[in-house]
Amino acid sequence: MSGGLRVLVAMSGGVDSGVAAALLAEQGHDVTGVTLRLWCHGHVPAAPRACCTLEAIEQARAVARRMGFPHFVVEAEEVFRARVLQPFLDDYAAGRTPYPCALCNQHLKFGDLLARMRTLGADRLATGHYARIEPRAGGAPALLRALDAAKDQSYALALTPRAALPHLVFPLGALTKAEVRAHGRRLGLEPWDRPESQDLCFVPDGDYAGFIAKQPGGTRGTTPGPFVDRDGRRLGTHRGIIHYTVGQRRGVGLTAAEPLYVLAVDAARNAVVVGPRAALEAPGLVTARIDWLADPPPAAGAGAVVKIRYNHAGAPATLHPRAGGACEARFAAPQAAVTPGQLAVFYDGERVLGGAAIERALLSDEAAVPDEAATRGDAVRRDDTAARGAAATRDEAAGPDAATRDEAAARDDRATRGAAAPAGDHAPGHASAGAPAA
Amino acid sequence: MIYFDHNASTPVLPEVVEAMRDCLAGLPANPSSAHREGQRARAAVERARAQVAALVHARPDEVVFTSGGTEGDHAGLIGAAWALEPRGRRVAISAIEHHAVHGAAEVLARSGFEVAHLPVGTDGWVPPDALDALPAGTTLVAVMLANNETGVLQPLAEIARRAHARGLRVLCDAVQAAGKVPVDVELLGADYLVISGHKFGGPKGAGALVVRRGAPFEALFRGSAHEGGRRGGTENVAGIVGLGVAAEQAGRDQPAEARRLLRLRERFEGLLHAAVPDLVVHGARAPRLPNTVNASFPGARSDHLLMALDARGIEVSAGAACASGAVEPSPVLRAMQVPRELAVAALRFSLGRASSEAEVAEVAAAVGAAVRAVRAATGGAGA
Repeated sequence: MSGGLRVLVAMSGGVDSGVAAALLAEQGHDVTGVTLRLWCHGHVPAAPRACCTLEAIEQARAVARRMGFPHFVVEAEEVFRARVLQPFLDDYAAGRTPYPCALCNQHLKFGDLLARMRTLGADRLATGHYARIEPRAGGAPALLRALDAAKDQSYALALTPRAALPHLVFPLGALTKAEVRAHGRRLGLEPWDRPESQDLCFVPDGDYAGFIAKQPGGTRGTTPGPFVDRDGRRLGTHRGIIHYTVGQRRGVGLTAAEPLYVLAVDAARNAVVVGPRAALEAPGLVTARIDWLADPPPAAGAGAVVKIRYNHAGAPATLHPRAGGACEARFAAPQAAVTPGQLAVFYDGERVLGGAAIERALLSDEAAVPDEAATRGDAVRRDDTAARGAAATRDEAAGPDAATRDEAAARDDRATRGAAAPAGDHAPGHASAGAPAA
Repeated sequence: MIYFDHNASTPVLPEVVEAMRDCLAGLPANPSSAHREGQRARAAVERARAQVAALVHARPDEVVFTSGGTEGDHAGLIGAAWALEPRGRRVAISAIEHHAVHGAAEVLARSGFEVAHLPVGTDGWVPPDALDALPAGTTLVAVMLANNETGVLQPLAEIARRAHARGLRVLCDAVQAAGKVPVDVELLGADYLVISGHKFGGPKGAGALVVRRGAPFEALFRGSAHEGGRRGGTENVAGIVGLGVAAEQAGRDQPAEARRLLRLRERFEGLLHAAVPDLVVHGARAPRLPNTVNASFPGARSDHLLMALDARGIEVSAGAACASGAVEPSPVLRAMQVPRELAVAALRFSLGRASSEAEVAEVAAAVGAAVRAVRAATGGAGA
């Protein structure tokens, strides 16, 4: 991108978006920085109007001052609560393991901020995400993985509206984290050595259950109920479904011949289904309605690589459209811990074809549906399996390293992450916070 | 750049810059020092005191220099409440006072004072008869002369008359009024009055609290006998000198400038109405400062508008900023019972000395364009 464009840059206060903004300014673009204020963690007596995100906002402002471009803080708490937080709470109460960062990107960064870009008369919207945009002749640009595979955040961007793609700029897409830090030092944007958060920006201490309990209606999913095996036999009592996620082993606390893993969370019966590691594997998945980034969308039976959580390596699969705009993916080899609520993101090589929340794992005995029949009505899915199903579905595989949510988050500390500040760079940890580290 | 944010701060007048430069370069001594250099500095401070006193029709010895509006409001409210404490531990402030007065009231509440809030009508006025409902033991009432957000001028003389009839003292925050409308502490009947230099062409960090003779007062800053024992601390000589020059200029220019600004604002409001026919001007039915327009643009959130206008080189203000800098719905508009969807779509335009016919025309046109753009981009509901 050559100089001279007017660019709105979403700045979280983290190193990534700070360097992204600074690089654009350095290239001669007319940069305006903006930080979304999503969330306030209550008030302290000494500063009644202070906000938890003040430090992050101040960091973003410092970059703007240093580079000499204007910066604004934008109140986005209402949109955040309606479009990100409430679905997050609802998903947990429904026994799912949500991935709020994708919703935040979809609705706030590439929704609200895109609107703001237009009102400013700006040409582009930039963020500090590690991903690339590649122009395509005669169509919308393609969203690609970052060059640095270790930092790639394309998974978190899969819900970006296709219409937004022509306006987006990801200045870090071709850089490594080390290069970004070097740019930060070169540009005098200190201090960039502080540890980055591993948790959701709105649950900085990682205590999801404690956070949910404090929200209005937060008692949902906190009633103790039965641990059951795949045949419905009661094995013990769980602490409330919000404490469990598919693939989790620690915290189950049941005595058995072999370690027991959470296979499914059945909110309708307030039950947590557990079973052996081998039962965690599934032959495929079905997504929620998907808005493809690729145009035209993949043909029925097309091959793709699917990532089922942020840190998943990706698995080859074939794609099959389903009724209502859903997509069924059949894995070439069974995958462990297909977790409803997490995203399934489909790749053709470097390119993101699209993504959507995982609705359910495919049943091991679920017959392959002819694509034509399926698009008419998903006729094959049996209602009785649906009942057991949510449970039984996950009966198929073993997360190699299943762990509790907290452990998964801790484990993810090893990975270098994007800054997790509120408006900001997506923190990959969110993704796997509820999923087993695989 | 077009600057329509004079209620936030004003450009420093060239005469003020010159006087302050001379002072910084040529008056190095402490005004409290007994030597000749100290006496020169003291003379500069006292000249400024007379200039400030003249602006508000006070006696020079009633003027206490402060660091600005926030200190003036704190020193005034707390210092008066302390001095009046033998008669009661209750104070009343209007709901639309500046944050600084609310903050000072919090300090009093912290030490056990009761704080009552006088309501405000939908036109932005504090009704004087609200005083009748105040409980016994109330000693002090604080009402601003002009609201900083809407510009609405409060019926201060009537409020003071009723207050004095009940034996209450009156603190008037005149920070937004001074230099824009006549401020006569005598006519207003205020016992304590606060002004701030940077609102009328003076420097930031210099203001004054007027404590009328006979009005009980205790110092907030103590430890030395500066300012007649009413405010400890070595004087900000350059700031005070700048404040004095600005006060003199403001007093001289105010009548003509007020007439000019009023015509300009009427023209501006007409153009705004033409550009955005469904706009709502807040406080339109009340007497207002001649330079201020606070209006809501339904369906266009103020933070969007502020950024869009900034991108066009036009500087205005939107609501109140929280600690993070995000724009929040204004408590003043809330107190006036402005519906939330309008309160989040409000902008404040405040004109000043450099404002011209050409500027108001350009700003009105830009506001129209920005409102259309924001409505189109956010579906009119405000994202």
